[in-house]
Amino acid sequence: MTDDLIGTQEPGGQESIEPMAGGPAMIVGRQPLGLWSDVWRRLRRNKLAVVGLGIIIVFVTVGIAESVSTAAGFNLAPYDPNAVNYELSPEGLGSPPSWSHPFGTDYLGRDIFSRVLVATRISMLVGVIAVAIALAIGLVLGPIAGYYGGAVDSVIMRTADIFFAFPYILFVLLLVTVLGGGFINVFVAIGLLSWAVYARLNRGSVLSVRRMEFVEAARAQGATDLRIIFRHVLPNTMAPVYVAIAMGVGGAISTEAALSFLGIGIQPPDASWGKMISDYLSYMAAGRWWMELFPALALVITVFGFISFGNGLRDATDPKLKE
Amino acid sequence: MAERLLEVSGLSTHFFTHAGVVKAVNGVSFTLDRQETLGIVGESGSGKTVTALSVMRLVPDPPGKVVAGTIDLKGRDLLAISEDEMRQVRGNDIAMIFQDPMTSLNPVYKVGDQIAEAVMLHQDKGKKEAWSMAAELLKRVGIPDAKHRVTQYPHEFSGGMRQRAMIAMAISCNPDILIADEPTTALDVTIQAQIIEVVIEMQQQYHSGVILITHDLGVVAEMSDKVMVMYGGRTVEYGPVDEVFYNAHHPYTWGLLGSLPRLDLAEKERLTPIKGNPPDLMLLPEGCPFSGRCGYERPECRAVWPELEIVGPEHGVHCHIPADERLTLRAGLPRFLAQVS
Repeated sequence: MTDDLIGTQEPGGQESIEPMAGGPAMIVGRQPLGLWSDVWRRLRRNKLAVVGLGIIIVFVTVGIAESVSTAAGFNLAPYDPNAVNYELSPEGLGSPPSWSHPFGTDYLGRDIFSRVLVATRISMLVGVIAVAIALAIGLVLGPIAGYYGGAVDSVIMRTADIFFAFPYILFVLLLVTVLGGGFINVFVAIGLLSWAVYARLNRGSVLSVRRMEFVEAARAQGATDLRIIFRHVLPNTMAPVYVAIAMGVGGAISTEAALSFLGIGIQPPDASWGKMISDYLSYMAAGRWWMELFPALALVITVFGFISFGNGLRDATDPKLKE
Repeated sequence: MAERLLEVSGLSTHFFTHAGVVKAVNGVSFTLDRQETLGIVGESGSGKTVTALSVMRLVPDPPGKVVAGTIDLKGRDLLAISEDEMRQVRGNDIAMIFQDPMTSLNPVYKVGDQIAEAVMLHQDKGKKEAWSMAAELLKRVGIPDAKHRVTQYPHEFSGGMRQRAMIAMAISCNPDILIADEPTTALDVTIQAQIIEVVIEMQQQYHSGVILITHDLGVVAEMSDKVMVMYGGRTVEYGPVDEVFYNAHHPYTWGLLGSLPRLDLAEKERLTPIKGNPPDLMLLPEGCPFSGRCGYERPECRAVWPELEIVGPEHGVHCHIPADERLTLRAGLPRFLAQVS
């Protein structure tokens, strides 16, 4: 990945004239392509990744708009997501999609569309917060392990191995039980458990970057270890991390859904996609498919969006795939 | 007499690897005065770079370790001070220019950022001030349009410009000593002369002492006041540059000089290579590391390291061959500089 950062060199001849001391100012060659414009150029050709990016933008926008509108005192959702209306739920089985309720209503007569919309915010939040916590831990421990090596490396990476070895959901369940329910705790629990991915990924890149001459040059200038690690080494190892972030957000969202499905995490009456999937499961047997379908679709589409964007980003940042 | 900046004596740096102890540097001694240039020459693996890294205390530990000797910087023993104090020495008192300018600048930061960082590490300067200093330094090392250039990334610089930027970084804190580790090896021949010129110019402006590590004898002849010839981790010959070039006493120095292409000799003359391969640093003999390739070997050569013998003004050599015999041998060599001087 670092090759990629060093790359994008002039194809030769552009500014190869060596200026002499005191000579006239040379005309600067064409503006070279930066890393991100280069990545974007290749990402654009990957249709699936572009679709993924589109999905991410739509859902993130919805999530943000929903929070803003709630804060501003009006509702983006057409109906109050928690308003019970038995008239809309004959025989307690909800009503199928209609013009006024495009996704139908649930067994309490609540509007499914409004509930899916509101739950988007929770899902986006869990993705961002959980990954931010995981990054904050992983991108400190990983580079330290890789840079110092030896015993420090062993202790950190063996700890990471333990986190990998433990059944993930069980571990989150344990943590949520200890921390107590509530959606913030769920976010924290997921974050605390997924740091190992970033630490391991980043350690690998640090191992190769720390041998580079500019690191030695920084040391020869009298820079401290911490400065070298976080200012000189870390920024050169970020490309794979960006990919992992995109994937990680998708993973965190589906983990939250799984936890809510198991009844831990988001508590009623708050809506979450996982919680809705869990609540409405039994109505599937009664042929009330719309309750289950729409939250499940929202979940699948979002996770698909993050993962296909992450995949595309990986291909686009991989110097070996450069044409 | 000029101010003495650095006095290294009996420096030995060994690497303790799984396969055995690599004796990279063995009992090396030299001095450096203000405004003086010391050239360290020798083939790859002769311990030139490790000597420089030892002075900076940058030898990777483990596996490397300075096992003997003292490094005296203006009265301070660098081997005795703490790592924190050493960090203040690096960049501030001793700065280093590396071999490959392509990889010695951090690709993710602007050139100005990197020079400014070097300034801010050792001087109490704000970011703005450091940046304007960076532009000034770039200008001083001969980069035109420096104000614009500081805002560019290393990949927008050519190799020669990057090396100039590295020099700007190195001199940013006005160091007493500048160590240039093969500063021109990775560059085009035409650029090499320019870079050497910049280093000389900076030395004159800042009155630094320069340690120039190279295997280019031409560069040494042009730039250095003194030269130290290293082989197999040992100093084999040491002295003023003219002395060593025109009155060389060690067979290895003869070999180095003999393998130089010469424009002033008959056209069809062939180069005289030194036969054999450099020694394995793990299996060095107790005595002279050059024994075995020397050609004038004596029974004691392999077993005993010869004492320093003074053969001229400040000119020392480590060799078992008696001095008068050496002169006879040298006179018989087909290609030797002394013949034309």
